[in-house]
Amino acid sequence: MSNWLIYETFWDLTVTGLVLGLIYALVALGYTMVYGVLRLINFAHSEVFMVGTFGVLVSLTKVFGIPIFEGGQYPFRTGFVLVGILLASLVLGMFVSGVSAVAIERIAYRPLRGAGDTYGAVALAFITGLVLSFIFSDDIGANLIIAAVVAGPLSVLYLRIFKRGRQAPRLAFLISAIGASMALAEAVAIWGPDERVMYQTPRILEKKVLFNFFGADIRIDFLIVAVGAVLMMTSLLLFVNRTRLGRGIRAVAQDAETSRILGVNVDLVILVTFLLGGAMAGGAAMMFTLVYDQTRFNIGFLLGVKSFTAAVLGGIGNIRGALLGGVVLGLAENYGSAIFGGQWKDVIAFVVLLVVLMFRPTGILGESLAKARV
Amino acid sequence: MKKFWKLAATAAAASLIVAACGGSDSASDTTAPETTAPAAKLDCEFSLGLQFPETGEAANLGAPMVKGAQLAVDEFNAANPDNCVELKTFDTQGDPAKAPAVAQAVIDDATILGLIGPGFSGESKAALPLYEEAGLGTVTGSATNAELQLNGWKVFHRILGNDSVQGPAIAKYIVETLKPASVGIIDDASEYGAGLAATVSKAVGAGVKASDSIDPKASDFSAAVSKMKNANPAVIFFGGYYGEAVKLSKQLRDAGVKATLVFGDGVKDQAGYADAAGPAAEGAIIACPCKDGSAEFIAAWEAKYNEVPGTYGAEYYDAANVFLNIIKAGAKDRAAVQAALGTYDAAGITKQIKFGANGDATEAATVYIYKVTKGKITFVADVK
Repeated sequence: MSNWLIYETFWDLTVTGLVLGLIYALVALGYTMVYGVLRLINFAHSEVFMVGTFGVLVSLTKVFGIPIFEGGQYPFRTGFVLVGILLASLVLGMFVSGVSAVAIERIAYRPLRGAGDTYGAVALAFITGLVLSFIFSDDIGANLIIAAVVAGPLSVLYLRIFKRGRQAPRLAFLISAIGASMALAEAVAIWGPDERVMYQTPRILEKKVLFNFFGADIRIDFLIVAVGAVLMMTSLLLFVNRTRLGRGIRAVAQDAETSRILGVNVDLVILVTFLLGGAMAGGAAMMFTLVYDQTRFNIGFLLGVKSFTAAVLGGIGNIRGALLGGVVLGLAENYGSAIFGGQWKDVIAFVVLLVVLMFRPTGILGESLAKARV
Repeated sequence: MKKFWKLAATAAAASLIVAACGGSDSASDTTAPETTAPAAKLDCEFSLGLQFPETGEAANLGAPMVKGAQLAVDEFNAANPDNCVELKTFDTQGDPAKAPAVAQAVIDDATILGLIGPGFSGESKAALPLYEEAGLGTVTGSATNAELQLNGWKVFHRILGNDSVQGPAIAKYIVETLKPASVGIIDDASEYGAGLAATVSKAVGAGVKASDSIDPKASDFSAAVSKMKNANPAVIFFGGYYGEAVKLSKQLRDAGVKATLVFGDGVKDQAGYADAAGPAAEGAIIACPCKDGSAEFIAAWEAKYNEVPGTYGAEYYDAANVFLNIIKAGAKDRAAVQAALGTYDAAGITKQIKFGANGDATEAATVYIYKVTKGKITFVADVK
């Protein structure tokens, strides 16, 4: 192996590693915040990211009507139109991801916490009905009608179970998370227009090289990812540290029962946590499509695993840890691939995790959403 | 009351599982009724199996396989209404891990006298031991790994040149026609991609300046891209399938790499590669031991499917016809079909089909060179 190569391409690898690392970090925030508040690994978060990429795809192709290619060339836009579309797709991506994260919380987790409500029960009953309807029919219209009919009595049944208000065992959350993750990915795979194939997203930003940094090209899309990710993380930190709701999040992370007694609306705090985590994943999704312009029903899987690794690496439950973990992982993967070859990329990621956990079992910065280190 | 809820929950869970299975079955049924289902429900005594990637990462490569085989079977059934043969398709998603279970399902269907496929090299390696044990003859029109024929499987037959033919031919084209100062080699670490890249690399020899492997599941290939950018070869060969070729082409071009991109047969897919990569695919060279087929074949294909024949369509048409001719000649069980494969010698639309002792077609295959020009994969030359 050509080990010398890392010296020649060091800055190039650093730049691309940082870009991917920042995307990992944004997704890692969702894992880390939910863990901080609920002590739950939200395995469905990878699918929140995936749904976000599709949100961006739909906003570009359907809302703005941009084709994938125009006459064999990329559909570049310039000036204010470009900035406007980029911002709009960012907002839409964050919205779609945020809403799906909240929906997952409502449907898959809240009932298990013994706090299920009518919305969750109806939604869950409808989904159950929809799945059941496929036994009888392949026609989506008929399926929806069957689901609606079944949802009525079933939601009453669900509500009675929910109303007992008993917390399910830890393992139930995990199974529910995996189920929600598979359901979302398969729903996109089955109902997406191209099913399981790779979708290309329109490239509206011409990826110009802005300047050269020790031989590494700094492209405009890299710069947007760097600035955007840092801005998003800073505002999240400010929100958690400076606002009333942020204080609520920290309080629930410290002790959910006590803060409930002291008048914190725990269910609202949890909902906001999911919304914020989802929105960060949506932002990551927009940046991902900006750099790689593509998506797929299972795009979240590997990226989700890596982001989760980044969260654990930095110290799960710790917002700054997610940033550090993401960047360390992105860089380690790139340097490692250059030294050992690209097929070792995943191995390197997990070896780094193992080594760090061996010496610091709670991650580089330690676990703490609640304490001053937030 | 407590017991009742427990029961209800169990029942609900059970029905969910049943529903999930039912749902996925019906979903896969709906994907390809027009391509796989015969026009009328035939009550055939015998059938042929087709093991191929109907869905999954490389589904685009699988579609022409089933279309080619179905065309042959339909033509046969139209000509022999009393002696019909049914084509049964089995989806592996091209995944070696799924192949053994699929192969077992093929073997358990007693009406199947022969297997067309497997589609890919990795799944062939996983499935062939089972077919060998069952004595079920197979003819593939696409699994081109250069070591499959060395396993001593008697049931293995292949009607096109393998990667040991394709690799040197690609190298020959690179060295003699493109005449680059240096070459970069990338592979996807798969049975097919790494094998082909190794043979190309060996044949090009000292001209190889940089090489790397990528993880096909990843989205970001920046380490490999940096390596190529640094080495700056005039030609980059990638051994792998079209899905990664799209990502790689885009990322190489975005990084400012201007090298001519060269690919093997796994990338020869109009929709999957040329249409998806757009400007990044322009000028790419794609080599393939596959041929477009005869004029009548192309006309029949266009009439039936309303499109030009896809990659391996002609080879799978030929593969299906090998079995159909054997069945027509009177073979009534797997042993007879397998025996007849060894002595088969007839003209197909791609070449004279006769199998050697190791299962490879004896007629030395020509490799055909295609180029992406104005977004279309077009034939440019052949290499012997």
